[in-house]
Amino acid sequence: MKYIEPHAHMVSRVTDDYAKMALAGCAAVCEPAFWAGFDRGSADGFHDYFCQLTEHEPKRAAKFGLPHFSWLCINPKESEDVKLAQEVIALIPKFLDRPNVLGIGEIGLNKNSRNEMRVLEMHVDLAARHNQLILVHTPHLEDKLKGTRLILDVLKADQRIQPARIIIDHVEEHTIKLVLDAGMWAGMTLYPESKCSPPRAIDMVEVYGNERIWMNCACDWGISDPLAVPKTALEMRKRGHTEAAIEKLVFQNPANFLGQCPKFKLAN
Amino acid sequence: MTRQQVLDLYFMDARSKLIDLAAFIDRVERAAGEEDFRMKSFREALNHLSNGHREKAKQVLLTFSDPTTGPIPAATTKAACGAYPGAPN
Repeated sequence: MKYIEPHAHMVSRVTDDYAKMALAGCAAVCEPAFWAGFDRGSADGFHDYFCQLTEHEPKRAAKFGLPHFSWLCINPKESEDVKLAQEVIALIPKFLDRPNVLGIGEIGLNKNSRNEMRVLEMHVDLAARHNQLILVHTPHLEDKLKGTRLILDVLKADQRIQPARIIIDHVEEHTIKLVLDAGMWAGMTLYPESKCSPPRAIDMVEVYGNERIWMNCACDWGISDPLAVPKTALEMRKRGHTEAAIEKLVFQNPANFLGQCPKFKLAN
Repeated sequence: MTRQQVLDLYFMDARSKLIDLAAFIDRVERAAGEEDFRMKSFREALNHLSNGHREKAKQVLLTFSDPTTGPIPAATTKAACGAYPGAPN
C-alpha cells in the first residue's frame, strides 16, 4: 500500500527502518527539525544538523528508493534561549533553497512560555518573508490545549500567512476542531503513550471527516513506531474503510499539502 | 460499523485496558504515602467514563489540561507530567 510518512525523525533511526518503510509502501519521508534529546550548545551545532537533514539523510533514504524532504527551525524545547534562537534562525535562509527543504518546522511551543512565544513569532515571520510552508508542533499532555490556542492566536495574527499552508501537528480529540475551524491542516501523530493511537486517530477521522488531515508516526529517539501509518491503514481496513478512503488519508492528503511546495516531487 | 461490529472488534482490547486501569489504582492504593495532583485529576477523569455524555475522550483530555490562557513567565523544565498541578508554573 502506497503511503507518505510526513513526519519522521530519521536521523534518530537505524537504517533498517528505511528498509521496513520502503517494504511497507512508503513513497516519501519528511523530516522536521527537532530536539535531539539534549540541548545543543551553539548555533554551529544546528548548522551541522541542517547539513545532516539536507545532505546526508537524503542520501541514506535514497538507498531504499525513498525521496527524503526536510523542514528547518530551532525547535520549541530549545527556544527558551532567545539569543541562541536568533542565531539559529539567521542560519536558515541559506538552507531554504536546498532541493529537499519544504518549509519551516517543526516550530511551536513546548511549555508555553513567553520566550517560546517570541521565538515562534520569529519563525512565523521568517516563513512569511520567504513564502514557506509551516509545520507546527503542539505541546504535550497537559500543555497541549493551552499551547494550541496560543499558537493559533500567533498564526491568525499574521495576515501574510495563509491557513491552508500550515499544518498543526499532534492534534488530539480536544484540539482537532480548533485547528480545522481555523482553516489549517491537522496532523494526527500515532505515538505510544502520548499523542494518539491508531483506533483514536480513525475515530477522529470518522467524527471530523478526512479533509485537511494527515497521519504521521513522528518516530524519533523515543519509543515510537516507524510503521505506525501503514498499521493504522490496516486498522482502517478492519473497520471497513474503502481502499480509496485509506489512500486519501495516508497518501493523497499529505501529497496535496506538501505539494504546495514545488520542490515536493515523488518518483513515478 | 454497527455497534455490534465495534464491540466485536474492540471489546477484548478495551476490557484488557480497563483491568489494567483497575490494577493501577489498586497498586496506587496499596502503596504507602499520599496521592498527588496527578491522581486527583485521574480520578476526576474516570468520572467521565460512566456518565451519559458523548465525547468522553475529549472530556478526559480536558480534565488533564492546563485551563489557564496566558504564557508562563519562563520554561523551567522541558517535560510535561500529564496533569495540571493547579498552581502557577
